[in-house]
Amino acid sequence: MNESRAEVLVDCQSLWKIFGDKTEAAIRAVSERGATKADVLQQFNCVVGVSGASLQVRRGEIFCIMGLSGSGKSTLIRMLNRLIDPSLGKVLVKGEDLSRLDTARLREMRARHIGMVFQSVALLPNRTVLENAGFGLEVQGVPRAERNAAARASLAKVGLSEWLDRYPSELSGGMQQRVGLARALTSDPEIILMDEPFSALDPLIRRQLQDEFRQLTKELGKSAVFITHDLDEAIRIGDRIAIMKDGAIIQTGTAEEIILNPADQYVADFVAGISRVHLVKAHSVMIPVAEFRHQHPDIALDTLPAAAPDADVAALIGQITEAAQGAVAVVDQGQAVGVITMRNLLLSLREAPAAQGGDHG
Amino acid sequence: MDLSFLQISPGRALAPAVDWLNAHFHGVFAAIGRGVEAALSALEFVLLVLPAPAVIAIAALAVFFLIGWRLAVLIAACLGFVLLMGLWRETMQAIALVTVAVILSVAIAFPLGVLAARRPKVEAVLRPVLDIMQTVPPWVYLIPAVMIFGLGRVPAIMATIIYGIPPMLRLTTLAFRQVPVAFRELGAAIGASPRAVLFRIEIPTAMPTLLVGLNQCILLSLAMVVLAGLVGAGGLGAEVTRGLTRMEMGLGLRAGLAIVAVALLMDRLSRGILQQGRDKGGKS
Repeated sequence: MNESRAEVLVDCQSLWKIFGDKTEAAIRAVSERGATKADVLQQFNCVVGVSGASLQVRRGEIFCIMGLSGSGKSTLIRMLNRLIDPSLGKVLVKGEDLSRLDTARLREMRARHIGMVFQSVALLPNRTVLENAGFGLEVQGVPRAERNAAARASLAKVGLSEWLDRYPSELSGGMQQRVGLARALTSDPEIILMDEPFSALDPLIRRQLQDEFRQLTKELGKSAVFITHDLDEAIRIGDRIAIMKDGAIIQTGTAEEIILNPADQYVADFVAGISRVHLVKAHSVMIPVAEFRHQHPDIALDTLPAAAPDADVAALIGQITEAAQGAVAVVDQGQAVGVITMRNLLLSLREAPAAQGGDHG
Repeated sequence: MDLSFLQISPGRALAPAVDWLNAHFHGVFAAIGRGVEAALSALEFVLLVLPAPAVIAIAALAVFFLIGWRLAVLIAACLGFVLLMGLWRETMQAIALVTVAVILSVAIAFPLGVLAARRPKVEAVLRPVLDIMQTVPPWVYLIPAVMIFGLGRVPAIMATIIYGIPPMLRLTTLAFRQVPVAFRELGAAIGASPRAVLFRIEIPTAMPTLLVGLNQCILLSLAMVVLAGLVGAGGLGAEVTRGLTRMEMGLGLRAGLAIVAVALLMDRLSRGILQQGRDKGGKS
């Protein structure tokens, strides 16, 4: 909850990216008469990469953008550091409008404040791990001793201290991606853009890197925008998730919000296979205390075992099966804020459309 | 019916153009000629001022310390071979000629090649020009070159440059096209200047293909230098020409083998110098 009050580091305001020959006319049609993606394709033969995407990334937050290939997520992330210029809309990074920066200031912004990690890693083959990790500082003209020290420190953070003098070709895929992350960390940016960094890795290594990445980002207090086509990955890593389809963001929220209230059938289908037991929390399962009293006047509230509002379903199942009355009180700061019965718990595990029914008990 | 009036004669149009250039820009050409001549003479002087064994020893030692013993042995063997065949002076002249020609070819071809890789329009314009440069029999270049610069080494170098530019230019363009998009994106994303992207990302990544281009440039220039013997450029080319005109098999063969030795030497040496310090990276 604190995060919602934290400073907004990246602010995208209705971004559009239109590709094609007649982009200018298409942009005018979009901005003046609100033409849709289909209109633009039909009337101007232009492809809309991103349409009207808005998002805010707050300090310390990991923001995942999930979408299948062709959904525009790679285009969107490249507009956050202006590797791609938006056709319409604004990107504010730390309050500065990127489109207003001249080349020198844009370069400085990228060098100091926005790091990036690529799916293809992009390690330079003729440089050692240490030289690759310090490459960002090297092009900024930082003296060798200083940049090597910074590169060593960031390589230590990703566990590669033993590999400084090796060449990228001697490293496994997972290790190469760690170097990619270390390179982004060496310049000590506040924001790290991750463009499907773990997609090419095998599942075990991927999970390990996901956990390490999340832990490291939180420890260092960095903010990250993380692109992925894998909803499990988005849920594992992201504080908040935006789901993209056909260039538009169709839903933004925490994993729990998206799973409990999918915005449309597309999202519902996506989240259908996701296990809820660790995602759904007590506060979205519970019924009001008054309602419980009304249903079960015979049960005294203070005899129920207590659970925290953010206890997940897995923990609640444990508690409730131990409880004689088959119910758990949700207690926040010493105050009973709701009650969960076995029925509530079962309803919370049902698939999307019925999950809404759970709210009415 | 007499169709001779339809006959096309580009020479009739070109010859006055060459004459006109010669008349109006004589000063420019003379200055270019003097510059090239001076560079050649300086290089020749350096190569010939010491006795041959001393030059071989210095070259081998320098290569041994800077690059490695294998290359040092090869250099000493090549140079020793031409010395024993009695073609030392001619070989040094040929090396000077090819070195100056290759440096000038690369100086022209490299920037144009980079430009062509970045702008498809430039490439579209250059492509037919390069095709013509490569397919016109090389001694045809010698004619206008001699008309403008007179007989001697300068027209030989000019014709050699025209011949050496296309492979270097084409392979430079290819090399820069082959640099992965992700590397350029990386450059932009870390806030690198275009200069840093060129020197620290693009050129090192393109190096293997650039070396192939340089190799082609050297070998074609050597082949052309032989032809240049026809216009009095001296060096090994003159020996080959003499062998041919007198039907002396021995002389022709000796000069031919000396050219092979020079080719080997220049190719391996240029590779060694450019790849120095990137040996380990070359593995990937």
